[in-house]
Amino acid sequence: MSTGYIVFETGEIFEGEWIGAEVETSGEVVFNTGMTGYQEMITDPSYKGQILTYSYPLIGNYGANGIDNESGSPSVQGVLTGESCLDYCHFEAVGGFSDYLQQHGVPGLTGVDTRAVVKAVRSRPTVRAVITKNPDTVSFEETEFPDGESLVPSVSVSEPHHTSGGSPHVVLMDYGHKHSIYHALIDAGCSVTVMPYNSSAEAVRGVNPDGVLFSNGPGDPMDLEEQFENIRSITKDYPSLGICLGHQLIALAYGASSEKMLFGHRGSNHPVKYLPDGSVHMTSQNHGYVISENSLDSTPFQPTFINVNDKSVEGMKHKELPVETVQFHPEAHPGPSDTHFIFQSFIEALTTGGRKPCTTASL
Amino acid sequence: MPKRMDIEKILVVGSGPIIIGQAAEFDYAGTQACQALKEEGYTVILTNSNPATIMTDETTADRVYIEPLTKEFIASIIRRERPDGIIATLGGQTGLNLVMELYDSGLLEEMNIELLGTRMDAIKKAEDREAFRSLMHELKEPVAESDIIHSVEEAEAFVSQIGYPVIVRPAYTLGGTGGGMADSEAELRDITASGLDASPVNQCLVEKSIAGFKEIEYEVMRDKKDQAIVVCNMENIDPVGIHTGDSIVTAPSQTLTDTEYQLLRNASLRIIRALGIEGGCNVQCAIDPDSEQYYIIEVNPRVSRSSALASKATGYPIAKLSAKIAAGYTLDELTNPITKTTSAAFEPSLDYVVTKWPRFPFDKFDSANRKLGSQMKATGEVMALGRTLLESLLKAVRSAEIDCFHLLPPEALFGEELKEKILAQDDERLLYVAEGLRQGVSPEEIHLWTGIDYFYLWELERMVDIEKALRDKTRLVEAKKEGFTTKAVSWFSGIPEKELEVIYSENNVRPVFKMVDTCAGESASSTPYFYSTYEEENEASPSGKKSILVLGSGPIRIGQGIEFDYATVHTVRAIRDAGYEAIVINNNPETVSTDFELSDRLYFEPLTEEDVLHVVENEKPEGVFVQFGGQTALNLAARLEQEGIPILGTTQKQLDTCEDRDKFEAAMNKHGIPQPPGKTIFSTSEAMKTAADIGYPVLLRPSYVLGGRAMQIIYHPDELLDYMEKAVKVSRDHPVLIDRYITGQEMEVDAVCDGETVVIPGIMEHIERAGVHSGDSTAVYPPQHASEKLKQKVIDYTIRLAEGLDVRGLMNIQFVASGEELYVIEVNPRSSRTVPFLSKMTGMNMAQAAAKAVLGQSLASQGYTTGCLPEPDDVAVKVPVFSFRKLRSVDITLGPEMKSTGEVLGRDKTFEKALYKGLTAAGMTVPETGNVLFTIADCDKQEALRHARRFHSLGFGIYATPGTAAFFENNGLPAVTIYKLGEKSPDLLQVIKEGTCGMIINTLEPGGRPARDGFRIRREAVERGIVCHTSLDTTGALLQVMESRQFALEPVRGKAGVLQ
Repeated sequence: MSTGYIVFETGEIFEGEWIGAEVETSGEVVFNTGMTGYQEMITDPSYKGQILTYSYPLIGNYGANGIDNESGSPSVQGVLTGESCLDYCHFEAVGGFSDYLQQHGVPGLTGVDTRAVVKAVRSRPTVRAVITKNPDTVSFEETEFPDGESLVPSVSVSEPHHTSGGSPHVVLMDYGHKHSIYHALIDAGCSVTVMPYNSSAEAVRGVNPDGVLFSNGPGDPMDLEEQFENIRSITKDYPSLGICLGHQLIALAYGASSEKMLFGHRGSNHPVKYLPDGSVHMTSQNHGYVISENSLDSTPFQPTFINVNDKSVEGMKHKELPVETVQFHPEAHPGPSDTHFIFQSFIEALTTGGRKPCTTASL
Repeated sequence: MPKRMDIEKILVVGSGPIIIGQAAEFDYAGTQACQALKEEGYTVILTNSNPATIMTDETTADRVYIEPLTKEFIASIIRRERPDGIIATLGGQTGLNLVMELYDSGLLEEMNIELLGTRMDAIKKAEDREAFRSLMHELKEPVAESDIIHSVEEAEAFVSQIGYPVIVRPAYTLGGTGGGMADSEAELRDITASGLDASPVNQCLVEKSIAGFKEIEYEVMRDKKDQAIVVCNMENIDPVGIHTGDSIVTAPSQTLTDTEYQLLRNASLRIIRALGIEGGCNVQCAIDPDSEQYYIIEVNPRVSRSSALASKATGYPIAKLSAKIAAGYTLDELTNPITKTTSAAFEPSLDYVVTKWPRFPFDKFDSANRKLGSQMKATGEVMALGRTLLESLLKAVRSAEIDCFHLLPPEALFGEELKEKILAQDDERLLYVAEGLRQGVSPEEIHLWTGIDYFYLWELERMVDIEKALRDKTRLVEAKKEGFTTKAVSWFSGIPEKELEVIYSENNVRPVFKMVDTCAGESASSTPYFYSTYEEENEASPSGKKSILVLGSGPIRIGQGIEFDYATVHTVRAIRDAGYEAIVINNNPETVSTDFELSDRLYFEPLTEEDVLHVVENEKPEGVFVQFGGQTALNLAARLEQEGIPILGTTQKQLDTCEDRDKFEAAMNKHGIPQPPGKTIFSTSEAMKTAADIGYPVLLRPSYVLGGRAMQIIYHPDELLDYMEKAVKVSRDHPVLIDRYITGQEMEVDAVCDGETVVIPGIMEHIERAGVHSGDSTAVYPPQHASEKLKQKVIDYTIRLAEGLDVRGLMNIQFVASGEELYVIEVNPRSSRTVPFLSKMTGMNMAQAAAKAVLGQSLASQGYTTGCLPEPDDVAVKVPVFSFRKLRSVDITLGPEMKSTGEVLGRDKTFEKALYKGLTAAGMTVPETGNVLFTIADCDKQEALRHARRFHSLGFGIYATPGTAAFFENNGLPAVTIYKLGEKSPDLLQVIKEGTCGMIINTLEPGGRPARDGFRIRREAVERGIVCHTSLDTTGALLQVMESRQFALEPVRGKAGVLQ
């Protein structure tokens, strides 16, 4: 194995051993504090354009399997680990972690002081960096970073894709959805049409859904400004659920504003409080942007969930329409499924056709 | 919802003495809980019988009752204190059972006392096997099916429903004899038949076997709003089949996918919600390595050993938050005490690997069966943190103080022998697993033998690869980064440690220290809780303030128990009071000293020279205290001094004087203090000659040992020869001490000295005569027998020794008095087992006074003058507690080798009342009627006769073995003859099994090998909970108690001749 480096735009350099594909890469450095689910994380399209740091130091222990992918292939630009386990052992495993990275052209560094990386990342809103073999030759002026506006298009389907199940029929607006969202709908008996991120309201009406789910996805929600009007139009017509980026897009479509967080929420242990009854739930999260709380005042939305630690907006509902959104990931994978009821109540609302608030299901 | 305002006074029930399965973790839990409740403004009443705890310090609770943990005593405390609430879930199984008893008796309802935290119906549902099983069925949570059967046919019928393999466990047999695993119908028939035969009640439990499954634990918390979280999950390296307390455990789980992790997490949370737990709870699961099939093994509805481990592993204080939840708070209303900025309603995220390694007492009990199974045998444990599994595991093994600086086996075994050793499933298994890999046994084979997951075996294989490279003198630097000690690198490479140190220093190979912060670095925190690793960023930059280092005492083991943690904690407090920063190095997750809130900086590290020096290099403390951490810390003193680190208090030179027999003898002569004649010897021939010179009996002990290991009284030259050849490895480096053994009254003092003043808080007398290890003796304060003159002599010698040896800090001296002659038998210039006991009884906090004195605040300025503190009006008795029921095939005979695991305190106005309390607290039921069985060595018969007469006049029937019975009869005392095993009816085993005798007095021929009969009798007594004394002194004291509790029944003008 050869030595590699990650060079931060801010000057820090961390050394490690190269794993995965032998290609240099660049991107925004983020970290996830989950202790399990490394395969789910790298295949989550929301990480498109980012270099993912695993704060848990041992990665690859149970290999890579054919079950846990959240999309067709890894979305990350690269990974940083403390130790990448070469020998894996699990009855479902089909290969090793590093091999898996290599197969999919993803580079990574192992043997990195990931805790030091996390601490360097958490102190600034955006840390861009380059994974390279020659740290001396890195020039940030010349480095190409993934273009924000291309992120969602690169992970969204280009054509609608329909799966016939039962009723209700849900359109999944795909900004780079995680398979677990799709499976949550299918497992509940829904028919699902996955539609490209830029599908028009007419196109959505054309498939005649009972409801629409706006998926997660990568990047700055403002990069999709062009879609806001469409989104507003769809949510006026259909009961809607927004997850993560989908949540942000709906908020922005109604006039709220977003901001980049200091270091985002990425992990499996984020407590959110459901405001109507004050109950706290553990959630899986992965976002770097957040809806500014005060900006909701001028919209027809009211917050439903807030983050217990930093009090940021974690969910909202429309005051009149059956539109609800969450910033976290009720589909879990990785992480706790404590908020799976969000899906149940969304689907229930579709089948009863009513305007039942989504989140009063059994907690 | 804020805290409860309708309650004011809360009773917290502790867990009693340290026994196997219930160690220091409840001192940590109880101390945290009391502090948590006090800071909320509640009046906290604490009751616990164990004086060697921080929780029983007067400052921990508003009122502390050190009383026996029995229903009767607690009921009196309740009637007197009238608390509004009681907490059952912080005092281990003992506390839980006790509160259940109180609840069932109706007292809590009668007194209108609310059970706080988890409610009784939840506790009962979790504790009652059937109720739990039906709840699991209701929740559709799988449990391993089991049934009680009375015939082979029943067994077959049951197994036809659940399938093979099954485990057959005969009921009520010694050590589970007759049981086993059945994989087929033929095996089932065989095993069940022999099991039923072995079982006295003709019944067996047949259980679906899940041996080989991964064993996973979840530490969970829930509040009254039904909010539930997982604090930590843990995975046993040893698969199901070995008690989790005896298993090597990692945190977080290492081999589970996220799906599996969440599967078990969800199950755990469903269960605690269904139970309605309010506070901490432990859920044990098993998961098939080859599918997602899982089983729930057990739920503990209380804080536990695992929750202490999880608290230290994550930084999340479970007991503290459980107490707050019991007081009415919900998780979201509480702050994470580590970050101080985030909520307690969250799940800690680790960015390191934790390994727990259990510590066993087999070094004390050669005869004990080392095989591990469902009965826990470990007395304590250590925890280690690292950034890789290997680093963490290697730290753990060297923390355990089992003479391992690496995963190396104690013995060289090969081929079949090695295989058998690995298959034996004992405490040394992993050491031999590593050795197997080293010798080329394939991981596949080892997996087949042990069921240990390949992940762990491959990590070990990686270690072995590095070892191989080291033999070629390559990968020297990499080895360090993988967690090898320099000593291990030197061992494999043959390069001297000094040379390696130069190489490492030139290459800048040194550890950095990382912080434990519950959140994997996500939020900034300033927790002063660190572990070492070989990475880039050091998070423990020295504060610049003057600091003092305190070395802790490592794992709880026989001979070095919680007492030393008690002293460590008080030293830390004294250091902080004196204006220094207190830095602690320790590795025991169960203790108060490793609570990160105690010290200014906590380093969770092995207590080895190398690891300690790394911390020293980082912190550069003003000095180090070694005298409070027991032998563990003392063993490091010499090296620390060599490195130029000032040892605070008594100097290394003086420590050495006390350990080195010849120097000690010279010092004793110089100060005119008599000691039993003796000598240090370096060979067997020297031993024979010395013994002949000083005369038998002699006492032998290897130098530099803990708790009298391998210590023995020897009566004949033949025995001496035998001992020298088998029991010790005598050499130039490992001399043996040989002393004349003096029979007499043993006395003990602890003293505090600062070079000017010598304070003796009190003198203790032992009930058992010299020869029984002081840790196993019943100690009485103040003395009941010693004359004023003798006591004066004790004081005088103590002062002379303290001054003569220039002791600065604590010292402990043991004396033996033969008549009015007083000999010193041992001087330990350090904290001792009796420091907490004496501190509590005399009101002098010895550890704090000593630490302050050493740091410059003289004893005089603390208000003390030289001499002994005045004796109190009441009497206190410290009674040892043994864990014999957990350690099958261990002989319970007391001798110079320490065997007790814990102690309790009895205190009252008279000696008899105090001893009664002590014995009761130690778990002994003092019988009021019944029969007493005597089986007595010839030399003790006269003395035993006196005791037998006293029993007789108390109305007890006297049973005795033929020789003893004849002796009693000849002396006019009626006795029923009980025959030796298999001789004639009634035999010994019969009367024990049938329960016709309630107490056994059994003494051994001096020096005689324990007869098989005697051993069998003593073990049977232990198994059946029958009081068995092997010391006539203990019996005499017990008689005194019994006599004091009964009215004398003397006929009018009784014939004095009969009773004498």
